[in-house]
Parts: sequence; C-alpha cells; structure tokens
Amino acid sequence: MNQGLYRSEFEHDACGIGAVVNVKGNKSHETISDALLMLSNMEHRGGRGSDPKTGDGAGILIQLPHNFLKDVALRAGFSLPEEGSYGVGMTFFPRNRQLYKKSKTLLNTILDELDFELIGYREVPVDETVPGSGALEVMPVIEQLFVRHKAGLQGIELERKLYVLRNYASRQINTTVPGVNLSFYFASLSAFTIIYKGQLRTDQVLAFYKDLQNNKLTSALAIVHSRFSTNTFPNWRLAQPFRYISHNGEINTIRGNLNKMRSKESLMKSAFFTDDELKKLMPITDGKFSDSANLDFMVELLTLTGRSLPHVMMMLVPEAWQDNATMDKARKSFYKFHASLVEPWDGPAALLFTNGKTLGATLDRNGLRPLRYFITSDDRLILSSEAGALPIREATVTEKGRISPGRMLLADLEKGKILFDEEVKATVCESKPYGDWIRNERLKLRLIAPPKKLAVPYSTENIKKRQTIFGYTSEDVKVILAPMGDTGYEALGSMGADTPLAVLSKQSQHISNYFKQLFAQVSNPPIDPIRERMVMSLFTRIGEGSNILEESPQHTRQIHISQPVLLNEDMEKIKNLESKGYFSHTLHANFVSDHKPGRLLEALDRICQEAVEAIQNGKNILIISDRMCQEGTAPIPSLLAVGAVHHHLVNEKKRTKAGIIVEAGDIRETHHFATVIGYGASAINPYLALETLLELNEKGKLSKVLSQKQLFENYKAAIGKGLLKVLSKMGISTLQSYQAAQIFEALGLGPEVIERCFKGTISRISGISFDELAEEVLVRHHAAYETENNTLETGGVYQWKRRGETHMFNPETIHLLQKSTKNNDYQLYKKFAEKINNQTRDALTIRGLFEFKKSISIPLEEVEPVENILKRFATGAMSFGSISHEAHSTLAIAMNRIGAKSNCGEGGEDEIRFARKENGDWERSAIKQVASGRFGVTSNYLTHAEELQIKMAQGAKPGEGGQLPGHKVDDWIGRVRHSTPGVGLISPPPHHDIYSIEDLAQLIYDLKNANRKARINVKLVSQAGVGTVAAGVAKAQSDVILISGADGGTGASPLSSIRHAGLPWELGLSEAHQTLVKNNLRNRVTLQTDGQLRTGRDLAIAALLGAEEWGISTGALVVEGCIMMRKCHLNTCPVGIATQDPELRKLFTGNPDHVVNFFRFLAQDLREIMASLGFRTVNEMVGQSNVLKSTGHLNHWKWDKLDLSPIFHKVVAPDHVGVHKQIDQDFRLKKVLDRKLIKDAHPALEQVSNVKGNFEIRNTDRTVGAMLSNEVSKIFGSVGLPDGTIQYKFNGSAGQTFGGFLARGITFELEGEANDYFGKGLSGGKLVIYPSRNANFLAEDNIIVGNVAFYGATSGQAYINGKAGERFCVRNSGVEAVVEGIGDHGCEYMTGGQVIVLGEIGRNFAAGMSGGIAYILEYNVGNINKEMVDIDPLNEDDYLVIKNSLKKHVALTKSNLAESMLQNWNSAKTHFIKVIPVEYKEVLRKRALEQTKSLI
Amino acid sequence: MGEKEGFIKYKREMPASRSPKDRLNDYKEVYHPVNEEALNRQAARCMDCGVPFCHQGCPLGNIIPEFNDRVYNHEWEEAFHILRSTNNFPEFTGRICPAPCEASCVLGINKDPVTIELIEKEIGDRAYDMGFVKPRTNIQRTGKRVAVIGSGPAGLAAADQLNLAGHKVTLFEKDNKVGGLLRYGIPDFKLEKWVIDRRVAVMEEEGVIFATGTEIGSSIRAEEILRQFDAVVLATGAQQPRDLKIPGREAKGVHFAMEFLGRQNQVISGELSENIINAKGKHVLVIGGGDTGSDCIGTSNRHGAASVIQLELLPKPPQQRTQLNPWPEWPMTLRTSSSHEEGAERMWSVLTKEFTRDEQGNVTGLKIVEIEWKEENGRMQFFELAGTERTLPCDLALLAIGYTGPKQNGLLESFGVGLLENSLPKSKQYQSTEPGVFLAGDMRRGQSLVVWAIAEGRECAVQVDLFLQGKSSLPQRDRSHFNNTEVAEFNS
Repeated sequence: MNQGLYRSEFEHDACGIGAVVNVKGNKSHETISDALLMLSNMEHRGGRGSDPKTGDGAGILIQLPHNFLKDVALRAGFSLPEEGSYGVGMTFFPRNRQLYKKSKTLLNTILDELDFELIGYREVPVDETVPGSGALEVMPVIEQLFVRHKAGLQGIELERKLYVLRNYASRQINTTVPGVNLSFYFASLSAFTIIYKGQLRTDQVLAFYKDLQNNKLTSALAIVHSRFSTNTFPNWRLAQPFRYISHNGEINTIRGNLNKMRSKESLMKSAFFTDDELKKLMPITDGKFSDSANLDFMVELLTLTGRSLPHVMMMLVPEAWQDNATMDKARKSFYKFHASLVEPWDGPAALLFTNGKTLGATLDRNGLRPLRYFITSDDRLILSSEAGALPIREATVTEKGRISPGRMLLADLEKGKILFDEEVKATVCESKPYGDWIRNERLKLRLIAPPKKLAVPYSTENIKKRQTIFGYTSEDVKVILAPMGDTGYEALGSMGADTPLAVLSKQSQHISNYFKQLFAQVSNPPIDPIRERMVMSLFTRIGEGSNILEESPQHTRQIHISQPVLLNEDMEKIKNLESKGYFSHTLHANFVSDHKPGRLLEALDRICQEAVEAIQNGKNILIISDRMCQEGTAPIPSLLAVGAVHHHLVNEKKRTKAGIIVEAGDIRETHHFATVIGYGASAINPYLALETLLELNEKGKLSKVLSQKQLFENYKAAIGKGLLKVLSKMGISTLQSYQAAQIFEALGLGPEVIERCFKGTISRISGISFDELAEEVLVRHHAAYETENNTLETGGVYQWKRRGETHMFNPETIHLLQKSTKNNDYQLYKKFAEKINNQTRDALTIRGLFEFKKSISIPLEEVEPVENILKRFATGAMSFGSISHEAHSTLAIAMNRIGAKSNCGEGGEDEIRFARKENGDWERSAIKQVASGRFGVTSNYLTHAEELQIKMAQGAKPGEGGQLPGHKVDDWIGRVRHSTPGVGLISPPPHHDIYSIEDLAQLIYDLKNANRKARINVKLVSQAGVGTVAAGVAKAQSDVILISGADGGTGASPLSSIRHAGLPWELGLSEAHQTLVKNNLRNRVTLQTDGQLRTGRDLAIAALLGAEEWGISTGALVVEGCIMMRKCHLNTCPVGIATQDPELRKLFTGNPDHVVNFFRFLAQDLREIMASLGFRTVNEMVGQSNVLKSTGHLNHWKWDKLDLSPIFHKVVAPDHVGVHKQIDQDFRLKKVLDRKLIKDAHPALEQVSNVKGNFEIRNTDRTVGAMLSNEVSKIFGSVGLPDGTIQYKFNGSAGQTFGGFLARGITFELEGEANDYFGKGLSGGKLVIYPSRNANFLAEDNIIVGNVAFYGATSGQAYINGKAGERFCVRNSGVEAVVEGIGDHGCEYMTGGQVIVLGEIGRNFAAGMSGGIAYILEYNVGNINKEMVDIDPLNEDDYLVIKNSLKKHVALTKSNLAESMLQNWNSAKTHFIKVIPVEYKEVLRKRALEQTKSLI
Repeated sequence: MGEKEGFIKYKREMPASRSPKDRLNDYKEVYHPVNEEALNRQAARCMDCGVPFCHQGCPLGNIIPEFNDRVYNHEWEEAFHILRSTNNFPEFTGRICPAPCEASCVLGINKDPVTIELIEKEIGDRAYDMGFVKPRTNIQRTGKRVAVIGSGPAGLAAADQLNLAGHKVTLFEKDNKVGGLLRYGIPDFKLEKWVIDRRVAVMEEEGVIFATGTEIGSSIRAEEILRQFDAVVLATGAQQPRDLKIPGREAKGVHFAMEFLGRQNQVISGELSENIINAKGKHVLVIGGGDTGSDCIGTSNRHGAASVIQLELLPKPPQQRTQLNPWPEWPMTLRTSSSHEEGAERMWSVLTKEFTRDEQGNVTGLKIVEIEWKEENGRMQFFELAGTERTLPCDLALLAIGYTGPKQNGLLESFGVGLLENSLPKSKQYQSTEPGVFLAGDMRRGQSLVVWAIAEGRECAVQVDLFLQGKSSLPQRDRSHFNNTEVAEFNS
C-alpha cells in the first residue's frame, strides 16, 4: 500500500450523522426505518469513488433486538438464553475460504480460553447485488456470533468480558493467522447493541442487510452514519457507527494522543479487570486504525472501567474551560482535574455516543460541526447533521435546537427523559471533590517565590562566541529576536522562500529546520488564534502521570505552568522543590567534538540511560541542558536530545514518570519551541535567547530601553502568540494536546534518526544520520572556537547575502530575467534559465537533484506549438490591495492576450475591468478567487469568471488567515472589496463553510451553481497527505486541483510560517498524482502546480510528476519590475508593485509585452525539452515520471543518503485508468430546483416583469437560488433587478446554502426551517424565514437556521423568525438582518451591514468585527468580545432604525417577539445596546465631519 | 534597517565641493567635510533591500545595508566592524572607488542611489578619529613566513589578512614608500597620502614588515625570497602602459600619464623637487577618456595649462542608461569628474593619426579625424568621416589609454611563473604554476579598480593560508564560517 509517496495513514474521513431515539425506551421498527430514511437523505454528505455504486461506507447501530434474534436463532438451529445473558458479535470474516476456516477455528479456541461458550453462528442474510463492484470484491463473510459466559455473567459484567474477548480475539486472529491482515473484524460484540454497516452508500444499507427490512427488528434507539473519505480503497471495517460513538469530524491531535496513551498503558490498573485481562486489551489504541476508531477505543475503555458515558466524553473532549470566567466552579475543577489525566482529543467533532441505554450528543469546543436536534410530543429525540433529513410532522415538534460548542445532550432511556447540558454535567462534576483535590495537591509555578539571587545569573559576557556555538546569525538577532523583545510580536515578512531545504543547504542548519509544520487543510479547519483565543490555551504541566482508570487526589499532584517559556528564575524554582516532592535531574546534552563517527549517538545513549536511572532513583523532573559545552565538547541539538529521551522513556514505559524540561542555547524562535514541545518537552528555558535580548537592550538596539521584566514578558508573549499560531494552523487548541503530538513532517532525516528520536514522524525521502547531524553542529563549533570575528555570521535567509544562504532569485538571475524579457531576447533568457537550472542542480531544490533520462528525441517542429502551451499557464492569486492596480492589471492583460489565466486573488475585482478595452486588451482576471474572507464575492463576480478558485491554503502561510490594515484600504480597494475605506479587513484562517471534506463538496456545488461555465479549482498546499486530500477533493467534484508549493509567495506573513510550514511541490504534486491514479480519479481533474517555477525545465519536471498546468507568480512579478525587496507588507515597494502609495505607484514600469515574452520563452524552453525527450504534447508527458532519475553525481555529504525514488514512483495503472484530465465531473445540475425557478422567472429575466411562485423544498435541495442569481447577473450585472421582482415562497426544510449569492431583486420566503450557510454570499436579495404555520413551539425559543448564515454576504436583507446557530453573519459586509437569537461567534469578522438580535447571543460575539453595527439586548453584554468594538448607548436615530426593522420583521414573518416589543416599545427599546467597531466609528465620525465641512 | 520611508522623504545629497577656482590652487581634497546629521539622512535612504544589489555590485561584498543601518543609528563602532569585516581599507575605497555599489543600488532604478561611498569614507575616517582602529597585537603566530611583493592595494590587503592569520609577513616594495599606484598613481586631490601613512603605521604596529626600496632582482633575488619564505604573493600590478602606435609618438612632450602623475605625487610628498613634465602654459592633450585621463586634466589645470582637451575614441555616452544597458549594470553614461568641472574640453569619436613636431622634436600638434561607429557583421566598427581631418595644437600629450599587463621585467619568470598568451600569468585559485607562489590584483586579473585589488588580496590570502595550514579561518567574500565543507571531516 505504501509505495511512492502515498501512505494509508494519511486517509481522512468526514461524514453525516444522525440518531432517532424513543426517550421512553419504547422499541419499534419505525425507529430503525426512520433512521435509515434519515441516512439516505444525507447521501450528499457521503462520498463516492470512480464507481458511483461504491459508497464510502454507511451503517446503523441499534439496541440488541432480542426478540428478533431469538426467532432467527431458532431458524438457524440454536436457541438463545434470556436477554442480557448473551452477547452477539457482528463478525466480518475473511472472504478466502481457507482463511475463513482458520480464523473461525482460532476464534472458537479463544472463546474457550476466555471462558465463553459458543451458542452458535448465524449467517447474516445480505443482497450481494447491492454494493458496487469495488466494495463487493472485498466484501467479508458476515456472520453473527452468539456467546455466553461460562460463569453466567450478565449485563455490564458480561459486557466487560466481551470487551476482552473482542480485543484479544481480533488481535490474535489478525496477527497469527497468516494472510488475514486485519480482515477479521467485529463490527460489534455486545450484549446491548448491534451494528450493521459496510462499504455501502447511504441508500444501500437497508437494501443490503435483509435483517433491517424485517418489521420484527425493533429498537428504541438508532444511530446512523454516512462516510465521506478521501480515498476509495474499499474497506468495510472503516464504516461507522463504531461501538460507542459516531463521529463527524477529525481528531487533529491523534498522533500525540496515541503516543501518550502508550505511556499511560503501563500505569493502568483497574478494579474491573484483572492484570491479565488488561494485558489482553493492550494496546488499547492503535495507529493502524482511524482517529474515530481510536476515540471509540478510549470511550470503551474508560466507560467499562467505571466511568459514566457523559463523564468519559467530558474528559476526552472537554469544552473550552481555561479562559472561561463564567464557568461553574465544580465544572471547571472537573476539567482541570481531568486535564492532568488525559490531554484533550481535540478537533472538529460532532459526536453521538451510546451504550444502548443512554444516547447522547456532544460537540467539540469550537463547535465546528453542525448537529441539530428535535424533540417531539411523541417522545422522540431526533439528532442529525441536517435539519429535515428526517421529515417530521411540524405539529408534533416541541423543541428545535442545535448542540452548541462543548455542550452535551443526553437521552436516558431508563429514566425516560432528556437531560440538558447543565443537568448532565452537574451530576458528573459533583461526583467527586475535584476542586479540593486540586487545591491541596497542585503547585503553581507562578506562585512560588523566586530565589533571592540567581545561582546561574544572566550573562552577556563572551556572548558572540556562545551565540556562534548555537548557530546565531546577525539576522537571527536583528530579524527574529529584536522585534520579539521590542514589541511582543513575531516579525512579518513577504514574498516566498527561495532558499534550499535544510538537507540541501550548504550552511550549517538548525535541526528544527529539517521539520516542516503540518497544517489543517480541507479535512479539518485551522483556528483563529487571535479572534478565537478563548478556546485556546498555553497551559502546561510537569510531574508524574498516574493510572487513568482511577481518580484520586494524587492524580493532580503536578506543577502547573501557565506558558512554556521559562526564565532562569523559574528554573531555579523548579530545581528547589524537593520539599514538595519534586526531584530534578539534569542531563548534560553534549558530545565530544573530535569528528569521530558515532560520537553523537554515544552521547544520546548516555543521556537516555541516565534518564532511566534517574527515574529509577525517584527523580520526576528531567532537565536536558546544553549549558555545559566548551571547546572540545559540542552541544547536542536540544530537539534531538528531547526526542531521544522522550522516545526512550516511552519504549521503557517510563515516560509518565517524569516531566521533561529543556535548558537550551539553541532555542530562540517560535519554530524551535514548537518542535521541541512537539517532540515531548513541557517547557523550555531559552537562556541564550534571553541573554541575547538583554544584550540588545543594554546596547540600545531596541526602539526604547525596557526593563528586564518587560523585555522578557514581550519575548514570552511573542513566543506564546507564535505557538498559538502553530497550534491553530493544525486546528489544535491546547498546548497540552500539542505536546509530543509530533505534528511535523521531516524532510531529509534518515530512518535511524527518525526511528530513534522522532518515531512515527513521516520522512519520505530519507536523509542524513547522526554523524551528519553532528557535523552540522561542529561547523558552528569550529566557527566559534577557531575563527576570529567581531560580528556574527550573516545568515542571509530573510535577505540575500553573499556570505549567506543561497537564493534562487539573486542579483544576477533577477537582472537576466528582467533584461531578457524587456529586450525580447530569448538567448539571454536561456542564460537566465541556465543559471537557475544550474543553481537548482547545485541543490537548491529537490528537482535540482533530478535528471532526465536519455530518450529518443524528435524534431522540434513535431512538438505542439507555443500557443497550445500558453493556455496552460496561470499567474498566482495576488489581490488588488496586496499589489497595485497597475501591477495587477498588467498581468491580467498579458495573460488574456495569450489565452492564459490571471488570478484576481482574494480581494474582489473592479467591475470596470469586466469589459474589454477598445484596443482589445482585457483587464479581467479569468480566475476569480474565493478565499476565507470572501471579499467582493458576489453573484456578479462569480458570473464573470472562467474559473473559480477555492483557496484552501496558501504556500507562504498555510493554515493562517490574513489581514489588510485599515490604512491600506483606500476608497478604491474598499469599494472593490465591499467594505468601508479606512477599516481593516481580516481573512479568517478557515473558510467558515469548510470544516470538513463534505463541506468543501458543498462549496464546490455552490460555486458550480453560481456559474455553471466556470471550472472549479481547489488550491491546496503540499504536505504529507495532500494526495489523499486531493482524492477527496476530486470526489468532491472539483475540476482542477492546484498543488501549491510551500515556498510560494505572500504579501505578508510571519517569517516562521514562510519558512517552516508546508513542503515543496515536487513531493505534493507527485503524491497527489500517484494517489489520484491509484484511486482512478486522475482523469476527472486537471492538476496544476505552482511554487517558484522559473524555467522550462521546472515546467517539464512538473509535467512529468503529474501537472498539466502551471502557475507562475514571482517570476511574472520580477518581469514586471519586482526586485524582491521583501517589503510588500510595508507598502513601501520602490517599484510600484506591492504598494498603494500613489507616488510609488507612479514608479511602476511593468509592461504586458514583457510578461508575454516571458511566458513565450517558457513555452519555447519547454518545447525544446519535450523534443529532446520525445514528447509531442503536454498530455503525453503528464505523469511520465519514469523519465526522471536522480542525478548520478551528488557531490555533498548531506545529499548522499537522500532517496528520491518515491517521488519518481509511477503507479501502475490499467489501460482504462486515465492519467490526465479526460472526463468532466458530473454535477447533476440538470434536475435541480433552480431549473424550475429559472423557468418560472422568464418574465422577470426577459421583461423585468414581476413573478411569483410557490415551491416545496427538502434538505436535499441545496444551494437554491444561486443558479437563478447567475442568470440575473448575466443579464443585469451587479445592479440586479428592481427589489421584489421575483418573489418565491418555499415550504419545508431547506438544504444547505438556501438563498446562496441571491441577487438583487429576488425575494425568497421560507416557511419551515433551513440548514447551514443560509444566505451565504447574499448579493442583494432578500430572505424571509419563519416556522411552519402548523408548528406549536415558540419561534423565538427554537432554532430555525443553521450555522454560518450570511457568510461573506455583501448586501441584501434578512428576517428570521427564530434562532440561528453559530457564526451568524460571519464576514458579513452589507446585509441587514433581524434574528431572534444566535449562537457563539456572532458577527465575527463583520465589516459592514447591520444586525439586530432580539434574543440571546452566544459567546465571543463581535470578535474581529471591524465594521457595521449590531443592536443586541443588554443582558448579553458579557458575551461580547470587546477587543475591537465599543458598546454605545443608542440615540433617536438608532431607535428609529430598530423600530422600522421590527415593523418589517413583523410584517414579513409575523414574529410574536417583535410584535410584543413594538407594543411596549418605550420599555423594550431601553434594553438595546449598540455594538460598533472602534475603527469603524472613527471612520464614520471623520466622514460626518467632512460632510459638515462641505456644507459650511 | 534605516528609516522605513527614508528613501521617499530624503533626496541624495553630497557634501559640497570647494569651488574649482579655490581648489586649483592646491592638491588637497576636493570636498568639504560632511556633517553627521546630513549623513544620517543619507543612510536613512537605504531600503535594506531583500536582494541588496549593492552588496553584489561591490567587488568586496561590502555588507552595505548593515553598515548603513548602523550609521543611521549612530552606531559607528559597529558600522566599522561590519565594514572592516569585508574591506581592509575603507578609507581608500571611500575616496577613490568608482562605486559600482551605487551603480547597482536598487534606489538607482528610479531615483538617485544612496551615497554609499561617502558613508563608507566617513566610517573609515571616524574609526580612526574615534579610536576604533586598534592595532591587533595579540595575534597568535603560526611560525610561517610570507613574502608579499608589491605594496599596492592588493599587496597591502593580502599582507593585512595573512598577518591576521598569524603568519609573519614581509612586504617588499621597490619604491621608497608604500602604496603603489595608490601613492604614485592617484593624485592627492583624490587621495591625500597621509591616509595611506595612517594605515601603514597600524599595519607595522601589528607586525607587518615593510621592506621598501627593495626591488626583486636587484636588491634581492627571487631564489633568496623563495628560500626564506614559506609562501610568496606577487602583486606588482599591471603597470605596462598601452602605447599609442602612431607616427610622431617619439616626439618630446608625449608621455604616458603615469609618468606625469607619479612624478607630481612625488613632488607633493617632497620626494622630488619638481615635475620635469610640466603643463604650465601648455596646450595639453589628454588621450583617453577614463579616470586616469581625468586625473591628468586635474593635474594639468593645477599646473596652469593654457588649454586641456581630452580625446576619446568611443562615441559620447548617453546621459541616461539605454535599454540594452539597464540597471544594475555598470552605466555606460556620460560621467563628469571633479577634474572636468575644473575646465577641459572633451571630444568623442576621434581617431588620433599623427603627432606633429618642430625641428627640435617637440610635439606641436596632433592630427585627428572624426569617426563614426557602426555595427557591421555583429560588431561595432568605426569609419573615418572624410573631410574632418584637422590638427589640434599640442605642447604636451598625455597617454591615458590603459595598461596591457604586468611589466615585462622578468619578475614573473624569476619566480618560475608560467604565462598566458596575453602576458598575464596563469593562475588557478590565485595559485600560480609554481607551488607556493600566489598572484593577486592587477597582476593576476589585469588592469582594474582599487576595490578589486583589495578583494584579490583578501581572497588570495585565504588560499595562501590554506596552503600553509590546510585550513583557514580567514573570512571569504562568498562563504560564511557556517558553510559546511563538501566533504565532511568525519569521512576523511
């Protein structure tokens, strides 16, 4: 499975989930059939592979149907004992007859061994004509196993034994019967529940399992699950539900969770299991299984060892408690206590859980998955990802709600009632005196008195030498440390990284540079660490771990540290805590510097052994220190030392016995901290960084002289913010779960190093070993002790320097490129290309190490012409705003001239550019980007595109958002972005409508509806696993997938992101191509790549690795005059490109002719290579990676050990599997509701006559209105139709994106309810929604609209008679809305418009809100995030605005709430407060002042 | 970096020069001193570029943005250390360098470049004034001995670096004073000679032995040197002047520029009492449009020439860069030196045909003809313009048309160094064909700039050091101490 770059562990899945419960415990077949109906109505949340009949997996969990089973058992020839005294295993046997027999024989032996008695086997009747051919090929033999325990155990006791049986038998059979290979599996084995699942589509489950069709099969509860996976390799066991949980989402911290679980296992003891049984259960978790499956394992273990289900869910998936001042004390204590037992299993998660007697639901702290619930008067609780998935008679509904972030809902079937969050959690939290335990046992580092005098004081003496030993350059000091000390922030930079990878660099590298940060992309969302700080935490702790199966005061005996940067004072505190029971031991991390082989490894052996001995001697804090190095003794890189000790202790099962702290001279920047913590350290004393700061301060190198305290506080703050950013880009919220989570990909480290120190880390092209790592250190050692120099080495990473790191773009290459394109001199271009190619061959990039194999060449004339090739070019997404109008439009004109595509970037596009100029030139960008900020994304904008690009990540800062400061938003940019000039704009890290792969499918569907002619392009950034993500994206029906190299450019990004996140395109592209071919998805999508492409050779290599199109940005900018100032973020670009300063813009000298020359040169250069390799067309060339080989003469000791063959690996595909784009995606848009809407709208579209209509709507009707709006925009542009021209009324439950991009002149009225993304991108239209007139519940108390309503909406109106979910009006820039209550994060990042909320608001309201106004009720004031907004009293104008809106609201929705407010207006109005962004207010004030002035 | 928007706020400003009338009366420096605030503003114009082209443009690899920043922040000592780390003699280059750095300064794309050379000069001079230039007397000695032949900028730089590396360096100079062309070629109004003396004093204190007045072959034989020293650096320049082979060349009053300029410098220093080549009251023709020609103009005017005309074969350069000569290339544009300001006529596209003489053999005139340059067969060629022949009156003609290579005086042969066809010595990594004998400066690369000579001396010193010790901790222009060697030590 793991040839080439693809690894099965990269696979992701996401899903739709649902449950139907009879709360009173009454069993019926309807519960099951309803659940299955619900399941089939969520088919669009599942995925399908290249074979449309093969689904990604679906299933159902029900209570054990005793009566049914009794009957069928009799027919099978055996009888069952009474209910509760036997267990049923839903068993998947291998299909191969031999293996089947062997497995069964062994199973029977094990039954006996574990004191079970076999009652019988029953073949489960299935219809084999149902599954797709792929699924059928690997379909297991499915049998039910009936057993009872010889001791006659019943209920929970029996369940525990069944648990042991299942784990032990599965492991034994899978590992000891040769050839079984995990194909033996229990979907369930329980006395309480049973699971029917498989590699099926949602609508196939019922048809496949005949049992499910039988009316006698009854249950009081049913959970269903529909899977959307990123791969299409059939696998029956990956389907859900699992035995205890069903999960929609992704566990981001999985690797750390699994690693830590391994250490925790050694401490486990339980009153409920014998030691032998525990041994049979281990390992509890296993990396071979999915994240959800592992979470299920944890839930099972923790419940069967005595905790209640809600208790377990709370401890594994805690809500955000740390910074929540309003949380109940007992609850906070509960979380605090359990945080010392287990780190959060963090990630987007909507979870349904059950043990057959209770069924509950909970959401992760961020609330990143939707989960709606309905309570009916006939005792039913219905939960599902989407409202309307199960049609319910409105009259029976008593409550409609949603699960909020971190909250829980529980149906207790034994008690026959539904318990809400407060009630469930109070019971759990009060079960033990957690608060007292913590108060008595916990130690807070902050509160320990500091030593009077430091034993090891700070010193700046001899600092240059010490800095040199640890690889400091003058750049590190000036660019990295000084700004942190000065401001408390990390420095920003711009443009991309064109320096070599660490393993290719000829400069001594910090070991952290070999590690690339992973980031969330598509399968899970990154978090905004600034605006959603409340869910994040930097808390860390040191001390011994305990048995997680029990709870006692000792469990909380730990030192708590509020953030991981330790000062020298802190170190001394820690070293002096013996009286409190903390004993530290210092491991000296250094090795003999005599260049003898094996020295480093020998030193690692020494400290590892010493660590074990120290623990045996009762030490519980290990301090890894590199202070003791001198001439002759070189420091071990801290990261290496930490990794070695950590993994050694894990292997020795001693890791939980001691905490690891690092005292390091080589840790200074965020990435260093991130790696060291990521591989196991709890906290770090960066003593040399602190001393360097002191020196800077002493010498007056900071903007002002600071107190030592302030200086260090600033540094800690900067590192803290940086770490939060690193965590958040992976979607992880707490440092605790990041610690040892190993969320990195190594590049250039060999297997010995990985196995020993970084076990489990992906390192795909192998690389250097210990001696080479030692050599890197010794280079610095030599520089420190054997050279005389008054200044530090220069670095040259962030800025080109002669003595520094090599850059692809340097004075010579920039000059050659500019001169050749300006003078249309192809020969000079060839010189440029030769320089670049030679440089890369001198190992600046991975492709530099490639060579073309000798091939039979063809005459150049036979190669397709330049013109054909030009169409395959695109320029990168650079927004108008980040670059000037001149620079932007020059690129557009040039690309339009040659039939290639320019990209407008995230910033909208001025409509005046949509029409061609008189001379035939066209400033319109063919590609319109849809990024997380959705700036300027309207129906009309989408209509004027040939391609719509969804930016999932950006090479320079994957997983991060962006920010355009207010001073850059001039009138023009403000207009184009539909925002207020002078007001800053924030692009959130995630798309708030994409938290998961099925969400992306939805956005793709939205955009395809909004413009059927446009190609949909999804931009991903290269990293390990991007191939499986690409497969998911192909299944989500993108037309184009762009694999962006991590070295791509940016207008502004933290320096550490530019350098340390993501990987080069060679790896990502190749992995994507390989994975797509493997899944037979390659011929459905066009693959594009970008990232520092410069020459024909680059293009050729990209094509051979799988790309049929290329994006080029930096090169094109340089042709326009860019000289790589790397100051784009400062607005001071001296050549008028990355600036909005009118004076500087005048200096722009770019010319479309030059850009055209460049692309023609590239195409010609490529043609020459094609001829030499014998390819006539690019299509012939795509994916022919066998033409490549590694260059034979690697001339550097660091490169010797690289193994590039996985990149060249060519997936063997049968003839029918295409390896380049050949088939169009089928969006099935022929029969969508909008076709009807458009047909009926003809009078409006043709004569602007008013039309009305009535329509039924279901949750499967998605993106209603976008296609109609597209028709309006095509004819009427952004002006749209006169208000109310088209008036449509709908009845029912609307699917996602109801009223998406609705154009001006269209009104949609919906009686019923709606799901997520209501009014997404609203473009002037009007939305009215109210509950069914038959409903009996109070509209204002119930949820009617899902999450993320009006995301990116630019104008229009909305009236909502009921509550909306999380993130209401996120990134709204112009819509006026009235709503009766909203969830968390309301009005987040809003830049304009007006929101009136007549009821409750959730937490973190107005975070990142920079424009617009919200009127809310006063009692909600505590939920406002006040960082950017003021809370102002209202004036008469405000009252008038609200009153008029309420009147309209009543008129349109018949809102009782608004009606009663209007009736008591004088009292009601006093309860409103006004939330207005400070910056926005200032802009309004200035504007008013100017108006007054002009009047005078 | 300097000031974020300094380049927008401030304009390029150079210190005022003394009025031509005033300065023609002496041989002192042409420019007024600059005040610190004005200089600070100039440093503030530096943009601290992502790709500092200046740093590439400088043959020494001066880390220009970094010292600009320190000057902006008034951190003179650090500025000096940064500059000193790449340039042994900023006080020389700060005065007489044509500043390729400024030609490639990014600001030069559309504005006037930063006054890098001026800043460099100020750092160099202030380092002495403020006491940062401290002789290094604690150098660890290796016991190896190196002879450097020639005390021009290349020899001086090589000697300085090798001394720093711990070798015992003896610098041989045929003239009485140290400096080579710095001293005997460049007029005082561009480089006053106390500047050299100041530097030489420091080097002496640091342990360099200056053997002046010692000519190889006459005072000491090459074999002797090879016997006494572990390595030799030859750096005697490319002093063979290019001759003008036209009729009448042998006329009295036709001289190589260096004869004229060198004597003048000796007069000023007191080594000679008078310059036997005197321009006073004469019609002077300077043949050759380069910097040496300019120096001849300045000197002639100071003598009190009746007229000075400068002739150049090439056409008059454009005022602005052309599309084929864009930034950051060396601009082939019209340059006006301070000497030009002092008065001289300049003629371009003229071909010299013949010197006319009186009976005594004194030169009386020069026959010239105007020419036109055309591209033919892909090469620029000139054609005489019929009817433009005329004779310019001439009492003194100074030939400033460059040098052909090292003097053919047997020096190279005496050290056993093999030659190329163009009379330059063969070399690889500064090493000549003779083991232990190294080459640096104009002698190795042919006629060039002082800044190149210093760069050669420095890079050559590294190779000598490697030859002597097998390793070197001397700084190199393009290589950091953090560079790892291609072959790891543990492998060998």
